[in-house]
Amino acid sequence: MTADENNGDGNSGAPLLTELERDALTEVINIGVSRAAKNLSRMVKDQVHLSVPRTETMSRDQAVGWLSKRENSSLVAVGQDFRGSFSGQALLIFPEKTSLELVRSILDDTLSLEEIVDLEQEALAEIGNVVLNGCLVVMANMLKRSLDMSLPRVMRGSSQVVLLGAEEEDPGEMVLFLTIDFAVRARSINGYIALLMDLPSITAIKTLIREYLRGFEEN
Amino acid sequence: MTRTVLVVDDSKLARMVVKSILAKTSGDWQIAEAANAREALDVLATKNVDIALIDFNMPDHDGLWLAEEIRAGNTDMPLALLSANAQDAILARARELDVGFVEKPLSEEALTAYLSGAALKLRRAGK
Repeated sequence: MTADENNGDGNSGAPLLTELERDALTEVINIGVSRAAKNLSRMVKDQVHLSVPRTETMSRDQAVGWLSKRENSSLVAVGQDFRGSFSGQALLIFPEKTSLELVRSILDDTLSLEEIVDLEQEALAEIGNVVLNGCLVVMANMLKRSLDMSLPRVMRGSSQVVLLGAEEEDPGEMVLFLTIDFAVRARSINGYIALLMDLPSITAIKTLIREYLRGFEEN
Repeated sequence: MTRTVLVVDDSKLARMVVKSILAKTSGDWQIAEAANAREALDVLATKNVDIALIDFNMPDHDGLWLAEEIRAGNTDMPLALLSANAQDAILARARELDVGFVEKPLSEEALTAYLSGAALKLRRAGK
């Protein structure tokens, strides 16, 4: 289901994005994530492959369903909340089984497994911080707004735990759900970068995207 | 001299940004557009294109794939990747293919600098 197809869902006439607005938002996020991939690539010392972003409006529950269909094992996620003209949650998600390999790839090769395990939580938070901040900063700069970012937190568990969180978000709430697959093929690491924004934020981002587009619109 | 620039990007916004910069800086240049690599090859087969500006992250085939395809038939057309994905491996492959790199978000200065260099290269080659 796309943002455009989701019209008339009885959701208080929530303003959704036109095709061009969605294209523009996807491009802004694509630029942000590509910058973030450059940062991650430097950290893991390997190429990071990215998919084309997907931008959809769906309920939080549907987002959980989407993720659990793709990943049925336990997950690790680093999450950062962002607040400002638009607000939401940015997540770096990967299967738990690849978490140690990701951490190992950024640490000194001479460390023992025990030392790597000790540093895992901290290293994951740092990876998330670099990737998610890289993405959000580009978005904020391109849309000429500032965003406050929370400290990264590491979560472990099912798709539900990762996407609904400990605060038990309303599973029926409609959100803008943006995802990009990433992979470090040389190390068999794969995962997702995801952004979730609620409907008031979609309204705000729609206005910002329109302002952004105004500079490039054809005569 | 009027040039034709092919802009290949799956994002309409990205194509609009390039067109807007070109309209300001090189108003008499022609622009051809393609939303993916296959469409770009179709345009190249039917139009005289001088320069191609190619997004890296596109569905089905990425920008480097397209650059390789173009290079197989045209060794000297100025080509540039337009991307924020400035990873070392991507930059290295672009260099091997003699493909320039202009980082997104695009600035007028960076794109104009690339296009001026490309136009000079074409003039020197008598094109």
